[in-house]
Amino acid sequence: MAEYKWPEAEKRKYIGKRISRVDGPLKVSGKAKYAYDINRPGMLHGKILHSPYANAKIVSIDTSAAEKMPGVRVVKLVQGPGTTVQWAGDEIAIAVAADEQTATDAIRAIKVEYERLPHVVNDEKLEAVPAANKRTTQEFVQGEPDKAFAEADVTVEGYYGNAIITHCCLESHGQVVEWTDANNVLIHPSTQAVSSISNDLAKALEIPAGNVELKMDFIGGGFGSKFQIDRWGTECGKVSKMAEGKPIKIMLERDAELTIAGSRPSIYAKVKVGAKKDGTLVAWQSEGWGTGGVAGMGAPPLPYMLRTASGIPNIKANFSSVSTNTAPSRAWRAPIHPQVAVITMGALEDLAAALKMDPIEFLKKNINLFAPRAEIYSQELDKAMELSNWKANWRPRGAGAPGSTKTVKRGLGVSMHTWGGGGHASNCDVTIHPDGSVDLKSGTQDLGVGTITVLNIVVAETMGLPMEAVKIFIGSNRYPASGSSGGSTTIGGISGSSRRGAVDALNQLFAKVAPTLGVKPEELEAVDGKIRVIASPSKSMTWKEACAKLGSQPITVRGVNRAGDRELSSSGVGGVQIADVSVDTETGIVKMNNFYAVQDCGLVMDLKTAESQVFGAMIMGVTYSLYEERIMDNNTGRVLNPNMEFYKLAGAMDIGNMKVHMMTGKGYDERGPVGLGEPPTNSPGAAISNAVANAIGVRVPTVPLTPDKVLAALAGKKGGQSNAKI
Amino acid sequence: MSSFTKAGDEKPALPESEPDLAVSRRSFLKGSGLALSVPLVAGNIRTVKAAGQDVKVHGPNKVSITLDINGKKQAATVEPRVTLLDTLRNDLDTTGAKRVCDRGTCGACSVLMDGKLVYACSVLALEAQGKKIQTVESLAQNGQLSPVQQAIVDNDGQQCGFCTPGFTMACTALLNKYPDPTDEQMRLGLGGNLCRCGTYVGLREAVKQVAAQKKGGRR
Repeated sequence: MAEYKWPEAEKRKYIGKRISRVDGPLKVSGKAKYAYDINRPGMLHGKILHSPYANAKIVSIDTSAAEKMPGVRVVKLVQGPGTTVQWAGDEIAIAVAADEQTATDAIRAIKVEYERLPHVVNDEKLEAVPAANKRTTQEFVQGEPDKAFAEADVTVEGYYGNAIITHCCLESHGQVVEWTDANNVLIHPSTQAVSSISNDLAKALEIPAGNVELKMDFIGGGFGSKFQIDRWGTECGKVSKMAEGKPIKIMLERDAELTIAGSRPSIYAKVKVGAKKDGTLVAWQSEGWGTGGVAGMGAPPLPYMLRTASGIPNIKANFSSVSTNTAPSRAWRAPIHPQVAVITMGALEDLAAALKMDPIEFLKKNINLFAPRAEIYSQELDKAMELSNWKANWRPRGAGAPGSTKTVKRGLGVSMHTWGGGGHASNCDVTIHPDGSVDLKSGTQDLGVGTITVLNIVVAETMGLPMEAVKIFIGSNRYPASGSSGGSTTIGGISGSSRRGAVDALNQLFAKVAPTLGVKPEELEAVDGKIRVIASPSKSMTWKEACAKLGSQPITVRGVNRAGDRELSSSGVGGVQIADVSVDTETGIVKMNNFYAVQDCGLVMDLKTAESQVFGAMIMGVTYSLYEERIMDNNTGRVLNPNMEFYKLAGAMDIGNMKVHMMTGKGYDERGPVGLGEPPTNSPGAAISNAVANAIGVRVPTVPLTPDKVLAALAGKKGGQSNAKI
Repeated sequence: MSSFTKAGDEKPALPESEPDLAVSRRSFLKGSGLALSVPLVAGNIRTVKAAGQDVKVHGPNKVSITLDINGKKQAATVEPRVTLLDTLRNDLDTTGAKRVCDRGTCGACSVLMDGKLVYACSVLALEAQGKKIQTVESLAQNGQLSPVQQAIVDNDGQQCGFCTPGFTMACTALLNKYPDPTDEQMRLGLGGNLCRCGTYVGLREAVKQVAAQKKGGRR
């Protein structure tokens, strides 16, 4: 009889192996259809008029010219006169026309009169932010920080921070919505929440939730920004109704995507850390601030990983939330972790440099503060040292690693990180058909992490079938509900539900065929396309023969994974990354030489897509460490770079050489699958920033480490001088 | 669904044919599959004298055009300002090429035009007439992925897949020109495309795999 628990390593045929993603061929051939690609019969196009001002009252709106334009079908206000818009890019009106050009002309013809109000759009210079826009969100104390600093042998003060970045999904936010009749709606969205956003649309359209059908085969990036129906989604449904139910496509233009469709909060902090002569970390103090837009932000946990009972014994951490006239932030791949890693691991590296200690030696000295993952980090630090040949390549700060020249300095930096990643609630239906075919249906989504592939692996592995024998259907709210893909919860969740569903379905099949084989169901196993008796494997029947016993009725079983279920998956991972960079001290340009990641995710389900996740996080990390930044203009209150030439992403050859090592085996496999999307995103900023400090002998305080900041730090100018004072 | 109209939809009549483009209104409507409710203001090509020469002026309203897409002649009626990309995606339901930056930066819309890699967002549909356009949809033959496509699958040079068609075309063009590209050629060949998920490691390996196959061995 099949059991839920994951098979032992020697019995795994697909789990943990390098399996190519099963939807790969559709994607490389252009056949994968995204919301942006949906063309429905008679479809119209909607365009959004956005506010040009960051803080303004709408005095009047004149849509008459737009309405009169030939080809325009609907002009609808989203926010009417009297409303105050609080960020540039907020939606004012929508125009719908037969083609995109006409709809664009129509929104240009809408005349809006605004009464402008003062705005605040930048927060790095906290002293320049009006008091009304600041509030204290955290005053944390642990132990006796003042006393501990007085007694510390070495104290280092520094300034560290992170500029705001955006999600910059390549498929912008949007959807196609149509009314299939007077009461029913069909939506093709781009969403991370297949099983939930249809409910929000139904509510907004005042129809029962079951009257909304949602279909999404593929999504072109989300990274935390696509959990909501969004106002452009509900408005799309409303204008479709006004256009007598016609399908309407509204996808955000690139400038809107980069302005309103999601950003990661800034976090800055002035930090003081203290240690004993031997490197024992004794005290932390931070004054932090940051913004997530109009609503400000919460209270990030500083110091990262170390604010626990077993962490740094003496801590004082204050935080101020800044409210700015910018679009609200959204969850960005590992919310808050990358930013607090830059601050914490940067300060610790500066402390190690002041102590004249190798930073890895320093981390190992304090490894018990990183409970409960001290052992995992120790193993990972060793592995990362080996991969990077740390001992041969690392040199004390400013000494220049081997290969440095008079003007180009090489340096190495390290960081560690954690994340939860326990599986979410997930349901699926597993069906074994009398003809031997097998399918699984679940209202989940594949953001590119390999959801479809992992579901296929689990069912095929469980039933002893080839991958091709199993068909996976996802991306519909008409399938059993499954959690949103956020917080690295998907693989843990869907692995649990699919395993249980597949095992239960298989056991029902065993019960059907056991009499024929003359044994009890619990004496059977499914291996290599056969159902066979465990004790005498020659007594068997083929999968097809077995399924034929079902007669005309297929077996369908609901597989369930409950939130917080830790039987088949668990939560909490550790990772270590080492960056190796070269800095041109004449131009300030930082180049990646090598980048190493050692990562734990419990039981690896598919080694190929798991490594891809880590590579992807590292590349995204190079991007936020060196290139990307949302730049706000104080005068106009607008984003200055809402396009892809000035909002910079790393290119294929900007990333240096990369190596990923997944931790597997004892201590890892038995924890079951743990989510992997977020964790490796957390360390790159800190590792790269530390590598740059190691190379040039001075901290460049904030990421991205753009040439201007590197040169300023080198010149000891403001913004670069505050660090590493003993 | 039935077709809904309102006063604003009434348009000047479409001319019966465009002799110089050899596409009749009838064959265009048949070929394009467009509903009759779509406003059509096609066919206004005028000839004016400029610097003593006869110059064709298109538009400003919609004009009928024919494009050679993946070896098939396809008709569309578009305003002169409409890009090849939008025509492919909105009028011809050929959606492999993606619209991302829409201004020649990210390469998601890359297609081959007379064998040369171009950004379809930066070519007007009118300009693409008489040129052979190959999109990502043309690469697989008889259900068999091209070596570049197969290598991208093998090396997992894709995640969400939205940049993938563009990269697939860029890798194809690179390897057509340089069967065994140097790092510098690869930098230039892949440098015109961007990915947000971070698939560059797999993409670089994919290019190397195809190059190695072309040399008669696998790496």
